[in-house]
Amino acid sequence: MTKEIIALILAGGTGTRLGILTKLLAKPAVLYGGKYRIIDFTLSNCINSGIDTVGVLTQYRPLQLNNHIGIGKPWDLDRMNCGVTILSPFTRQQKGEWYSGTADAVYQNLHYIDEQNPKYVIVLSGDHIYKMNYSMMLDFHKKNNADLTISAIQIPLEEAHRYGIIHATDEGKIYGFEEKPPEPKSNLASMGVYIFKMDVLKKCLIEDRSIEGSSHDFGKNIIPKLLNDGKNLWAYTFSGYWRDVGTIQAYYESNMDLITRVPQFNLFDHNWKIYTPNPVKPAHYIGESGYVSKSIISEGCMIFGQVKNSIIFPGVTIEENAFIEDSIIMSKSTVKSGSRLNCTIVGEKTTLGRNVRTGIGDYAENIFNSEIYKTKITVIGSDTIVPDNTNIGCNVVIDNKISAQDIPSSNIPSGYALLKGGDGNV
Amino acid sequence: MYNTMGIIFTGGKNNRLKELSAERSISAVPFGGKYRAIDFALSNMINSGIRNVGIPTQYNFHSLMDHLGSGKEWDLDRKNDGLFILTPYLSEYGTGWYKGNADAMYKNLTFLNRSNEEFVVINQGYAIYNMNYIDMLKHHVDKDADVTISCRYMADFPQEYLCKLGIVETDSDKRIIDIQEKPLNPKSNFVSMGVYIIKRKLLITLLEESAAHGYYEFVRDILVKKVKELRIYSYEWKGYWKPLCNIQLYYQTNMELLNPSVRYELFMKNGRIFTKVKDEPPAKYNEEALVRNAVVADGCIIEGRVENSILFRGVNVQRGAVINNSIIMQDSVICENTSLDYCILDKNVVITPNKQLKGDKNWPLIVGKNVVV
Repeated sequence: MTKEIIALILAGGTGTRLGILTKLLAKPAVLYGGKYRIIDFTLSNCINSGIDTVGVLTQYRPLQLNNHIGIGKPWDLDRMNCGVTILSPFTRQQKGEWYSGTADAVYQNLHYIDEQNPKYVIVLSGDHIYKMNYSMMLDFHKKNNADLTISAIQIPLEEAHRYGIIHATDEGKIYGFEEKPPEPKSNLASMGVYIFKMDVLKKCLIEDRSIEGSSHDFGKNIIPKLLNDGKNLWAYTFSGYWRDVGTIQAYYESNMDLITRVPQFNLFDHNWKIYTPNPVKPAHYIGESGYVSKSIISEGCMIFGQVKNSIIFPGVTIEENAFIEDSIIMSKSTVKSGSRLNCTIVGEKTTLGRNVRTGIGDYAENIFNSEIYKTKITVIGSDTIVPDNTNIGCNVVIDNKISAQDIPSSNIPSGYALLKGGDGNV
Repeated sequence: MYNTMGIIFTGGKNNRLKELSAERSISAVPFGGKYRAIDFALSNMINSGIRNVGIPTQYNFHSLMDHLGSGKEWDLDRKNDGLFILTPYLSEYGTGWYKGNADAMYKNLTFLNRSNEEFVVINQGYAIYNMNYIDMLKHHVDKDADVTISCRYMADFPQEYLCKLGIVETDSDKRIIDIQEKPLNPKSNFVSMGVYIIKRKLLITLLEESAAHGYYEFVRDILVKKVKELRIYSYEWKGYWKPLCNIQLYYQTNMELLNPSVRYELFMKNGRIFTKVKDEPPAKYNEEALVRNAVVADGCIIEGRVENSILFRGVNVQRGAVINNSIIMQDSVICENTSLDYCILDKNVVITPNKQLKGDKNWPLIVGKNVVV
């Protein structure tokens, strides 16, 4: 039996604009929404859309991602003849090479696609937050007898210069495409979700491979080339919640979207569950002195302090008289008594000592990188220890694996950056 | 390492847990926000390195089977060994219903014969505790015992509860010289926890012998009768242990999860407690939420007041609702301006707006499964 469709998830991105959050792990593996990792949304979309064969293309820091996906059990992708397959770069007899672009990554795994031999291939990105039924997009693709269907979403025109912009008729027939145009003429953006006819995909990837100077990118090279060749390209308009959480601000805001009274993005939808490995932890506990409002709290947490407008991941302890506001605290971290956190992202397994304060004072430009760290949000990495009585300003970044001795003074002003040298392996 | 298999008894037909066990075996009673009682017995086995577990069950085992499935969550979906749910079956020799727990094991002698472990740990699916059996096994081997029974001094138990348990008397060497099942006047508070260690081969011999005599009960017909003949030793357990024998104990034991030290001992000190996962999103607290001293599971949406209570997965507490001293099970909905005090709500209960339900500390009000009030 030939397979109708298989999915390829591009999960190798470095996500540099997430700063220290992606220093030690790939962007699709970044924690999100109190329990999930970003890739869970794409994987769950696949299984909920009836796609049971998924290749995940990894390259940058894949350890957490590989551990997370495992054999695909949480998504019911532990199957006999299909399921999930991790596709990492590999060497050949002559030489090996890294994936040099999104299209190249798929090209280098054509043998995987050939083996499955599907009629259609859906290429997805592992770093977006959305719920989408790909089977409806496939119906649209088949109805139009399209060579390529691109999923598209209306975005504010002022943000359009960051996206691949589609020019299409009212019915959705694409007649133009611009990758990150400085002066966009349309606000219909590509979501990086492509359905190809298998033979079209194969042919254009092989052709693109030999073109000198191509950056082997779907947006930059493949789509314009297919349009030039007069292929039948269609845009499938999606109107739900979709976020590219590629920057610290976008990541923070998308998390915070979840705590509004009726969130635009509903995780409580029993017809479209988002799956992830479940922590083996008891239900969380709110103590006598605890108070929680407008927040998300996960299993295994112990809350003795106050939590407002925040997202707390599994196994976090908030001690008495600690006050957490507008913050994200990732798994197994501890905030000791008397601490006050404001507008802060705290990584996994980090300890904030007694009477630590964050988010003090006014905004100041970040001394390390004012492109990545350009909001009030203070970011503290994973496996870090912040000693008692430390006062930390706004827009501060404290790296992963910082020990108490590394903290230079008990007053860290706004815009300060405390980063470790090396690649973070030791 | 010791070579051990496990058998978990799930309890017979009884109405000690009232409506809660009307439609499920007592081991399948929901507990502590996301568990069922049997999770503790089963996880204890996993944490003790046991990989071959048989669960004889015959009374309303549907929800138990649904919960255990293939044993995935306990890592018991194995090619060799793993999880075996042993239900009664018809054969040429009779109707197959288990007449007692020894009979249940005897009817599954094939399972015992086919296994090749040296020891068997037998425990009960309705007790809440976190215990690693390895220490008890060492004790069993050191004493060269035929049977070892885990026992506990129940200083924290009133007299009337002791009458429902097995009271054990030992000599100075911890050897058991007398066992009294459910005595009217308990001589002491040294109680059998219903956890036994025995060599597999000896168990098979004893079962065959008792079946030949037409006996069916493991304790009454085998251990009590052979207390002098066999070397039966006690192993004292000093940790937390609560059997869910009646509704008061069920209520109190749940409420004890609000005590951080009990919580620590049950979930964090030794091994982890595994259970079936439901893939619920984390709990969501809206602005009006006022929650104090409560255990709250994933999937809850809270807009009301909750104090001294246990909320299971997917409970919805609407605005103006006030919940005190209550246990609310999975997917129940507490509508606006309703107040609950000392209530136990089974799964999928809906309490419509502006209702007031009140039980008593010693007699909590129970609302059965799928009821709309």
